[in-house]
Amino acid sequence: MQAILKIEGLSKHFQLHDQNKLIPSCANVDMAVYSGALSALVGPTGAGKSSVLKCVYRTYLPSAGRMLFRDAAGHVTDLAQASEYRMLELRQSEIGFVTQFLHCLPRKSALDVVAAPLVARGDILENAQEKARELLRLLNVPERLWAVPPATFSGGEKQRVNLARGLIARPRLLLLDEPTASLDPATTDRVVDLLKVIKAEGVAMLAIFHHPELVRRLADRVVELAPPVAVTDLLENCAS
Amino acid sequence: MKKILEVRGLSKIHGQGCAHCYESTGPEMDTNLCPHCGSVVAAHGVSFELHAGEILGIMGESGSGKSTVVKTLFFDDAPSAGEAVFFDGEQQRSLFALNAAEQRWLRNHRFGMVYQNPHLGLNFNVSAGGNIAERLLMSDLTHYGQIRERASMLLARTEVLPERMDESPKQFSGGMQQRVQIAKALATQPPLLFLDEVTTGLDLSVQARILDLILEIQQELRTAMIVVTHDLGVIRLLAGRTLVMKYGRVIESGLTDQILEDPQHAYTQRLVASAL
Amino acid sequence: MNPGYELPQDEAGYSFGFLDEFAKREIRRTLLKAISIPGYQTPYASREMPMGRGFGTGGLQLTLSLIGPGDTLKVIDQGADDSVNAVNLRHFVELTCPGVDTTERTHEATLIQSRHRIPERALTEQQVLVLQVPYPDPLVIVEPSEARRKVMHGEGDYSRLLTKLYEDIVQFDEITISHRYPTRINGHYVIDPSPIPRYDVPRLHQSRALVLLGAGREKKIYAVPPYTDAMPLVFDDVPFRIEDFRDGQGHRRACSRCGATDSFLDEMIADDGSKTWQCSDSDYCNETLATRTAQIEVTA
Repeated sequence: MQAILKIEGLSKHFQLHDQNKLIPSCANVDMAVYSGALSALVGPTGAGKSSVLKCVYRTYLPSAGRMLFRDAAGHVTDLAQASEYRMLELRQSEIGFVTQFLHCLPRKSALDVVAAPLVARGDILENAQEKARELLRLLNVPERLWAVPPATFSGGEKQRVNLARGLIARPRLLLLDEPTASLDPATTDRVVDLLKVIKAEGVAMLAIFHHPELVRRLADRVVELAPPVAVTDLLENCAS
Repeated sequence: MKKILEVRGLSKIHGQGCAHCYESTGPEMDTNLCPHCGSVVAAHGVSFELHAGEILGIMGESGSGKSTVVKTLFFDDAPSAGEAVFFDGEQQRSLFALNAAEQRWLRNHRFGMVYQNPHLGLNFNVSAGGNIAERLLMSDLTHYGQIRERASMLLARTEVLPERMDESPKQFSGGMQQRVQIAKALATQPPLLFLDEVTTGLDLSVQARILDLILEIQQELRTAMIVVTHDLGVIRLLAGRTLVMKYGRVIESGLTDQILEDPQHAYTQRLVASAL
Repeated sequence: MNPGYELPQDEAGYSFGFLDEFAKREIRRTLLKAISIPGYQTPYASREMPMGRGFGTGGLQLTLSLIGPGDTLKVIDQGADDSVNAVNLRHFVELTCPGVDTTERTHEATLIQSRHRIPERALTEQQVLVLQVPYPDPLVIVEPSEARRKVMHGEGDYSRLLTKLYEDIVQFDEITISHRYPTRINGHYVIDPSPIPRYDVPRLHQSRALVLLGAGREKKIYAVPPYTDAMPLVFDDVPFRIEDFRDGQGHRRACSRCGATDSFLDEMIADDGSKTWQCSDSDYCNETLATRTAQIEVTA
């Protein structure tokens, strides 16, 4: 089976100019993600799990390595080298990212926030809203909240809105960064069921879970990230 | 996505200029004032492209040259060097090679500008509706009834009460004045809109609503926009891609979330770190 | 001016027409340019005249540069030949232009200098009308900088002027300009046609006579050449209207002196507050009155 995403030798470190420091984040990550399967990243805090996800989404610029993404048409793009426009295109149609935090406009209702990715893609508003309703219901978001801007929501409510928004467009590759961190067990179960359905539909997932239990329930592959390399070693490497 | 604008090597010197202006200014020199001739290098070697329907952010502090870029593109100011090509349907127009009448035509028919200071974008001697009428008249619509109708539609869209359309914008709040400016800029449904610090100086709640409006309009009309601001929050909400400018140079560019979360240049890191 | 007073021509050495030949030549050249570019405000070196600026010095300089022996001049002020301004200007020309005839009859004149009216009787190709202009630039109300106004004229950009009209309609339901109605000449330049009433504006359009406009204080000359389009600035759906001389019953008012119902009327208010209307064009009034008297005599 062909991987939808193949990561080879991915490293990320931050160069802080003012402090004249190199902060390593993840180093020499090799892994693959397959359609219809979930790869979970595990490792101690600070092992750079989130950095891998952000590098794939290009919120971080990778310092080294390749990230070969095979798109729907079969073309392979190295996400580390892809142009900004190519990344925007992929984000709109193929790669989705569900984070722990929700950034959205202060005035938009929860329903419109969830429907937004479909609207941005050019779908008709009514259809997009219909799908958004479906997802919000599935994720147990009370109907009285749908017309309210999510800024005032509780952490768990926000997270569910965020999940719904990430899932609605059915990206081919879904990046999940602790999507259930602040959810109660019942809702977590719903999310797990939903992710299983989506996975069965053929969506590839790369995920970080805060709880090993979730890894056990959802992951098809587990990738263990090594703790970061010491700063001094890196500096020496850079100097040479 | 179709390219709508391509800017190459745009430069602007205020003052007589000399042979050393470019090499003696910029972020490395920590100034935009040429020590040899005293000219101000407001922008140098600015290059970027803009696609249809895209929002590009230009971020920087005052004096970084970010406003200069949009002012030259909107023909408020003539550049000292550089080229800008506007892709208008099948036609390509080299902006700085056009004569004054052609430039005015583009301004009136294809471009829109919203200034930080409403006094620059609005005529305070005529009513809110009259301001929009002026822009429609510039684009050769001379039917009074149609002008009224379009103006009241535009004001309704930008959430200005239509019953206030015959009042002077003098009597409006800052936020309302910006809405009238936006309505005026949109009157001719331009494919390209310049926004120069449009929410600076407004209350936070008013700011948020103006930004909302801008995004809604962008989604409805697929208007390409260049948003100039020093406010990282505005950039985060509006722009897909961002240029960071300092002392007239583009020092960094990239996807907006990457610029904000993984800035590469020392200056950008400081800028992001100092944001509230 | 005292009619018995004569200019001491010999001692002062005034040339024919008061202006020196160089001045006349410059004005004639400016005129040629103004006629070649219909509606364009051509700058010229306005001369000092022996009267205050604002008393028709621009018109007078045009008249003096154009007039020659054999010409017949008519001077009117608001349609009347006998008002102080008209009488004095006419007398000045009589004094400084020996051999020139003057008249009060429109059809006899070859050259007509007028303040704020176009004669009722249609002018002919053999006649030249000179209008006195206080403010030549219609854009001055919307743009204070002359440099920018010149660019606006050059590009034919009159949107701000139209915006002013838009505001008028919004406020008063109609365009309230009564005089100096902005008028587009030959499809490009918009002129201030001098303070003629709206009633006279359509008569600039395709006029058989050459119309020259002179602003002495502002040092500008412009022209509406014969058979040239002169269209008042309007909206597509708000037609241009001329003054309405109907009474409360909707009947066209008649001149109380000659009975004409087809002329521009001046409103006169008597001491007791009652109003009467009379022709503004005195020659037209006299003519109509004479015809009517003749008819009455014939009938009698």
